Amino acid sequence: MNANPFPHRHLLGIQGLTPLEIGHLLDLSDGFVDHNRQAEKKRETLKGRTIINLFFENSTRTRTSFELAAKRLGADVINMQVSTSSVVKGETLIDTAMTLNAMHADVLCVRHPDSGAVKLLSDKVNCAVINGGDGTHEHPTQALLDALTIRRRKGQLSGLLVAICGDVLHSRVARSNIYLLNAMGARVRLVAPKTLLPAKAERLGAEVFHDMAAGLKDVDIVMMLRVQNERMQGSYIPSIREYFHFFGLDYDKLKEAKPDALIMHPGPMNRGVEIDSEVADDFERSVIREQVEMGVAVRMACLVVLTRNLPSAKPNHV
Amino acid sequence: MSKVAYINVRLLDPASGLDGLGALLTEDEAIADFGPSLFRASSGWRVPSGIPIVDGKGACLAPGLVDMRVQLREPGEEHKETFKTAGEAAVAGGITSMVCLPNTDPVIDDVASVEFVARRARKVELAKVYPYAAATQRLAGKELAEMGMLAQAGALAFTDGVQAIADARVMRRALAYAATFDLLIVQHPEEPTLAQGGAMNAGETATRLGLSGIPREAEVILLERDLRLVAATGGRYHAAHLSTAPAIEAVRQAKRQGLRVTADTAPPYFALNELAVGDWRTFTKLSPPLRDEADRLAVVEGLKDGTLDAIASDHAPQDQDSKRLPFAQAAFGGVGLETLLAVALELHHNGALPLLQVLGLLTHKPADILGLQAGRLKKGAPADLVLFDPDAAWKVVADRFRSKSKNSPFDGRPVQGRCLRTVIDGRTVFAAEAQGG
Repeated sequence: MNANPFPHRHLLGIQGLTPLEIGHLLDLSDGFVDHNRQAEKKRETLKGRTIINLFFENSTRTRTSFELAAKRLGADVINMQVSTSSVVKGETLIDTAMTLNAMHADVLCVRHPDSGAVKLLSDKVNCAVINGGDGTHEHPTQALLDALTIRRRKGQLSGLLVAICGDVLHSRVARSNIYLLNAMGARVRLVAPKTLLPAKAERLGAEVFHDMAAGLKDVDIVMMLRVQNERMQGSYIPSIREYFHFFGLDYDKLKEAKPDALIMHPGPMNRGVEIDSEVADDFERSVIREQVEMGVAVRMACLVVLTRNLPSAKPNHV
Repeated sequence: MSKVAYINVRLLDPASGLDGLGALLTEDEAIADFGPSLFRASSGWRVPSGIPIVDGKGACLAPGLVDMRVQLREPGEEHKETFKTAGEAAVAGGITSMVCLPNTDPVIDDVASVEFVARRARKVELAKVYPYAAATQRLAGKELAEMGMLAQAGALAFTDGVQAIADARVMRRALAYAATFDLLIVQHPEEPTLAQGGAMNAGETATRLGLSGIPREAEVILLERDLRLVAATGGRYHAAHLSTAPAIEAVRQAKRQGLRVTADTAPPYFALNELAVGDWRTFTKLSPPLRDEADRLAVVEGLKDGTLDAIASDHAPQDQDSKRLPFAQAAFGGVGLETLLAVALELHHNGALPLLQVLGLLTHKPADILGLQAGRLKKGAPADLVLFDPDAAWKVVADRFRSKSKNSPFDGRPVQGRCLRTVIDGRTVFAAEAQGG
C-alpha cells in the first residue's frame, strides 16, 4: 500500500510541508480546475460532510471561495462570521471550538486576525482545520493558488525568479509564498521600503531590495501585495502619492522584468496605490483573475485531502 | 570665456593637504587650473595678457566654506532674516554654500517648498542655498514626510530642525524609511521632556542666576537611543551641534562600531562656556545651551580626533523683540554666519588644531556628509573660493553685521582672521573694502 501523500490532520501553514506534499496538492488542484470549467460542477466526494467557514475577520473573496469549493464537492456548508469585538479573549475562542466540536463539523476553515489563533483552535477540536489566514503569520491556500497559477503558466516553479513587492511587514500572503516558493526551488526577492519589511526578512529565504527597478530586474513573476492604506499613511509610508511613485507597479518599472513576466496580486487591489490600473488589466500578463479561479480548485483539493485523513473517512474516496 | 587669475596666494586645500604659495585660474564658473608653478616666472608672476588678475598678497585662498546648519527665516519670518540678508552675511563670512533648516512658515515638507528655496537662492545670486526637508510632516513628529520625492526635488537630508524627533517609533521608521533611499537623517539630539522649561545649562551658573536648567543628560540620552536605532535600521544619521562630553564619547564609540554616524558642532560650543551667560545675556541663550568648561574641552577634543566631522554656524537669527526679554522668556539662538571663520580659526591660533584641519571641518567634510560637490580645490570643480587673511585682527561688532538680526553671542569679542574676497562660480560676490571690487 502506498504511503499517504498528505499525512496531516490540518493545513495550518506552508511551513512544515514537504515539496512532495505541496506537489500532491497542486496536482490534485489541477484536476479540479478543468472540472470547474464544466457546466456540471457538482460532485459527491464530500456528501454528508459538514464544513464550517469560521471567519473572525471580514472577508468576501476567501470565504466565498471556500464555500464554493465545499459546495462543489457536495458538502454542507455553514458560514459563521464572528465579529472580533465580541470575541476578545482566548477562552472564548476555545469555547467556540468546543461548541463546534459538539456540532460534529468535519472541516473548519478559519480566518482570524491574530497570528497563531488558528493553531490554538486546531488543538482543541476533533475535526480538520484549514488556515484561511491568521494575522500576519500564514495564508497557505493563497500560496498554493499562487503556485498553481504560476505552474500552469510557466510549467514549473523550480528555477523561477519571483519578486514579492510591497507591504511584506503585514503580509501573511508574502510569508506563505516565501516558504512555498523556496520549497519548490524558486528564488524569491522582496522589494519594499525598509519600513514595510519585517525584521530579518532575508532569513526567511529571500533577497531584499529597496528599489523596484533593481528588484524587478529579470524576474519571471511580479507579485504585488495590498497596501492597507488606512493604517499606513504617515507611519510606515509618507503618502500614497510617494508610495506609488517609488513602489507602485507601472509599465515603467515593469520593463525591468522579463518580457513574459506574470503580474499577480492576491486582491483586493488598490488601483493607483500599489498597482497601476493599466498593468492590473494587462490582458497578456496580468493573471490576477486567474488566481481567483485557481483559489476554488486549490481549496477543493485541500478539503479532499484533509477529509481523507479524518478518522471517519471511507477508504474509497477520490 | 571669462577668466580670472588669482596670483600670489597661499593655496589651501584641506582635502588634499595642499598648503603652499601659488596661483589659481578660474574660467567661467569652474576652477581651470591651480598650483605652485602656475603663472610663476623667474621673478614674480606672469599672467597672459587679457586675464584679469587678483593679487592675493600672500593671503590664503581656500575652498569656500560649506555651512551645514543655517536658519534662513524666509518664508515666514522675513523681519528676522531673508535669503538676501543671509546671503550677504554668508559671503561676507566666506561661506559659499549653506544648508537651511526646514522650520520656516510654511514648513519645507513638500516639493514646492524645496523648489522655492532653489528658486529664491538662484535669484538672490549670493551663497548657494540647499534645503533640508522635514523628516515628519509639518515637523509634528508623527507622520513621515515624503522623503523620496523631496530628495528627488533637491532636499539634501531630513530633519525636524530645532526640534528633536522625539518619539522612538517615529525615529525608527524615519531612519528605516530614509535608509530605503540611502538618505540622511539629521537630529537635534535633545530629549524634550528633560529640556522642557529649561533656559540654560543645568549647573552652578544656572543655580546662581536662578534659571531653570537643561541637564546635559538630555543630549546623550536622546543620542544614545538614536544610535541604537541606527544600528537596528542600518540608517544614516547625523547629530547636529553636539555640546557635551558624554554625547561626543557616544559618537566616538558608535563610529568605532562602524555605524554610519557623523556629527557637527558650532563655534559657541568650543569657544564659549556657560559663564558667558554672565548676568542674563540673552544673546548667549542658545539651543543646546552653552555648557561648562569640561564640556567645552571635550568638544575641542572631539574636533581634534575627528569624532566631530564638521563645524556649522548654527545661524539662528532673532529680532530684538525675541531677545530683549527676561532670560527665561527670550528666544533661543544666535547668528553665526559672519563669525564662523574667525571663531573657528581660534582653534588654529590657540594651537588646538592645524589650519588645514580647521578648514577641512568647514569645507570638504560637511560637503561629503551631504553629498555636495563643494569644499575642494579641484580642476573642473565650481570656482567657489574664499580669500582670507588668517591673522588679521578685528573685533566683532554685531551692529555692523549684514545679517538682519544682530543676536551674536560673540558681540565685542576680539578675533583673528578676516575674509577678504568671496568667489562663487567664478564671480566675486564679496570683497572687503581694502581689496576693492
